[in-house]
Amino acid sequence: MSQDITTQSSATSSDDATEGTAATGQSDQGMGDRARGLWGRAMDSNGTRHLVFALAAFIAVVLVIETTSDFASFEFTRFGYYAIAAGGLTVLTGINGQLSLGHGAFMAVGAYTAALLLTDDRGTPLLVVLVAAVLTTLVVGVLVGIAAARLSGPYIAGATLALAIAATQVPLAVRSLGGEQGLTLSTPDIPTWVADVHFFILGTELGTNQYLAYMTWIVLIIVFVLLANLKSSRVGRRWAAIRDDEVAAELVGIDLGRDRVIAFVVSTGAAGVAGAFLALATGLAAPGNFRLDLSLLLLTAIVLGGLGTLSGAIIGAALLTYLPGYASDAGAALGLNSLKAAEIAPLVFGAVMVLVILLTPAGLMGEVLKRRAIRRAKKRAAAQQSASASSA
Amino acid sequence: MKRTTRPTMVAAGLLAGSLMLSACGAGGREEGSGSGSGSGDSAGDTTGVTDSTIKIGTHMPLTGVAAPGYSEINTGSRAYFDFVNESGGINGRTIEYLVEDDAYNPTNTTNVVRQFVQQDQVFGIMGGLGTPTHGAVVDFLNDQEVPDLFVSSGSIAWGDDPQAKPFTFGWQPDYEIEGKIIGQYVAENFPDAKVGLFLQDDDLGADGELGLRQFIDGQIVSVARYTSGNTDVAPQITKLQSAGADLVIGFNTPSYTALSQLVSLQTQFDPQWIYTNVGSDPALVGNLLANFSEGAVGPDSGALDGVLTTAYIPGIDTPNDPWVQLWQKVWDEHGGEGELTNYRIYGMSQAYTFVQALLAAGEDVTREGIVAAIEENGADFAGPNLAPYRYSKDSHLGIGGMRMIELQGLESNELTPVLTTDLGEDAPIDADASEQANDAPPSNGIPE
Repeated sequence: MSQDITTQSSATSSDDATEGTAATGQSDQGMGDRARGLWGRAMDSNGTRHLVFALAAFIAVVLVIETTSDFASFEFTRFGYYAIAAGGLTVLTGINGQLSLGHGAFMAVGAYTAALLLTDDRGTPLLVVLVAAVLTTLVVGVLVGIAAARLSGPYIAGATLALAIAATQVPLAVRSLGGEQGLTLSTPDIPTWVADVHFFILGTELGTNQYLAYMTWIVLIIVFVLLANLKSSRVGRRWAAIRDDEVAAELVGIDLGRDRVIAFVVSTGAAGVAGAFLALATGLAAPGNFRLDLSLLLLTAIVLGGLGTLSGAIIGAALLTYLPGYASDAGAALGLNSLKAAEIAPLVFGAVMVLVILLTPAGLMGEVLKRRAIRRAKKRAAAQQSASASSA
Repeated sequence: MKRTTRPTMVAAGLLAGSLMLSACGAGGREEGSGSGSGSGDSAGDTTGVTDSTIKIGTHMPLTGVAAPGYSEINTGSRAYFDFVNESGGINGRTIEYLVEDDAYNPTNTTNVVRQFVQQDQVFGIMGGLGTPTHGAVVDFLNDQEVPDLFVSSGSIAWGDDPQAKPFTFGWQPDYEIEGKIIGQYVAENFPDAKVGLFLQDDDLGADGELGLRQFIDGQIVSVARYTSGNTDVAPQITKLQSAGADLVIGFNTPSYTALSQLVSLQTQFDPQWIYTNVGSDPALVGNLLANFSEGAVGPDSGALDGVLTTAYIPGIDTPNDPWVQLWQKVWDEHGGEGELTNYRIYGMSQAYTFVQALLAAGEDVTREGIVAAIEENGADFAGPNLAPYRYSKDSHLGIGGMRMIELQGLESNELTPVLTTDLGEDAPIDADASEQANDAPPSNGIPE
């Protein structure tokens, strides 16, 4: 197995030095002997590092939800489920190199599963709803993934595009899915113990919006820890190897088909749970929620954030959630009428997209990571130079 | 494994510490608080109302496929509210009217309506547009006890069950009574026609069909349904054509009126057309036709000449109507770019009804108060509506009748008196006895 690690690291560094891999790999070798504190050693382990990040993220989430308004929690939920879906898409498109234009379809599967469980009976526990949404989506993901694994490049894009278009037609053909108007659902009641714990710790009542925001972000943190661990594991390195060079990957004994299907399924699972949260937050699963533009916007989000970086998926989702609103508010503040203010939102989003691609071709987070890698490389080069100078 | 043990313990310690710290702030829990939304007190909920303003919001498609026509409605409402505000507002309060674009996408509708209710703290929603879009927020609004007045859609869902949706009111005639009135007219005037139905596959088509079948069930030879968003209606039109239909009734939106006319021109299908009021604005359909046919059919070609439809408020086809003259004056003084259109008149008429409801709610307007006021007085509101509203404690359905008209260019001929009816086979269709259609607006243009 050490073989495919070396193959991969050389492949990545020749690529675009995106996230951590290059940096951590080298820091292991370069700083290994030096005496360091507990913290530094702990941060060497990817698993621990991810857990510490997760904990910090959770504290930040609590702070954000508790200090902002009820409506902000609602928007924060939206930010959360877009980020989960974008994180899943990052795995598929950014890390494994399969371009999916149809991720909205998998969100739809998750959303309709949640809706079917909650239309008549709001007693279904949230956890059951989420697990069911993920499982259903996984089943669909396996089927589509197997088909997609037989295709490559633009053909996967074409197939998933067809899927995105076809998915919105299903509810129109199947009457029990509510047709154009969709299925309405209500959020499951907040479990008493959750409300009690929240009250015990923070002394305030937990509203439905806040509850959903917490659940979305807790799931997001779990999903991202799992994805980050996967990414830095053997599986993730195999995925990246496939992305970088299929032939080379196959030569070192990677089963292309199997790994592609796994990437697809992991990715659709994330989309499924994101879709369930979308349905819960909006109280509706309808074809209008999952039109092609949702799939394309998700793709836009991960490109803006930095293709292949999980942190970039979060940044992209934030732009997707907040930018259009801020743009039209700014337009209205400048005295535009409501029609013009509404029209300015897609314009600004498009302009930001063009600017980001022009100025930071690797995406916002990709740029940050690239600069960090360059800085570290310079520092190391300087250290080596001074070391060799002193020894000489 | 060894390496990770200690940091994990540190992390666990940190978590425990932070939990204990934050736990210190918690006191005893108050029971029984919770449901109250906004700044309600015992006298009622006055969220969105100050001594000098009242804030309302609406969701409309300003961009996207549904925007043509519909994006003009809010400009009409705003012009009328500006007109009212200029003369001092209602009970000393000016009306602040917020509009957000939902692009006819229910997810966006949810977002913008939550923003109105939870962030902007509006008093209520006025004229939210669309059946699937508004359907996504109607439960939320009723849960939050926010007045949801005069939904811009003719689905019966807004008014047939006030117990379930006490804060929601319809406004325009519902599609079922429109179906009944058209059905009866066809049964009486075209008893031998072979009827084809061209239906949008949602409440618009379904409620309309329900009404039609009460009168012409035996005459219907074919039913073709289309899905909104799918722009190829050739299969539907040829289906009706091959079934031998010589009279086609469409319950569809304006784009599909244009599309069905265009396809029929190509396939030389020339039945008597009847369209729902929703889909029959000749000016918009003319523009859409010119657009879709890339100029082959001119906007003023009179493509809808001889087409039958219904009317429930006076429109630009009756320029001498005193209401239309009022709207023209309001638009000239307060409108923005563009001409007065039927969509702007629709927005103004709705705004007029809102002002009536606000007046009926009195000096100390509350959310509960305006609902009670509409239930109590709404049936007597004398506005541009040709037939009275059906508002009561048992029904939140809007205007209860309409007349059949025939389009000629941008004008129209009346075919029947105003006919009123209600939901179900038991409700008879009668000529309206209320003289509602013959009233004129108050001289200052503001309801008393």
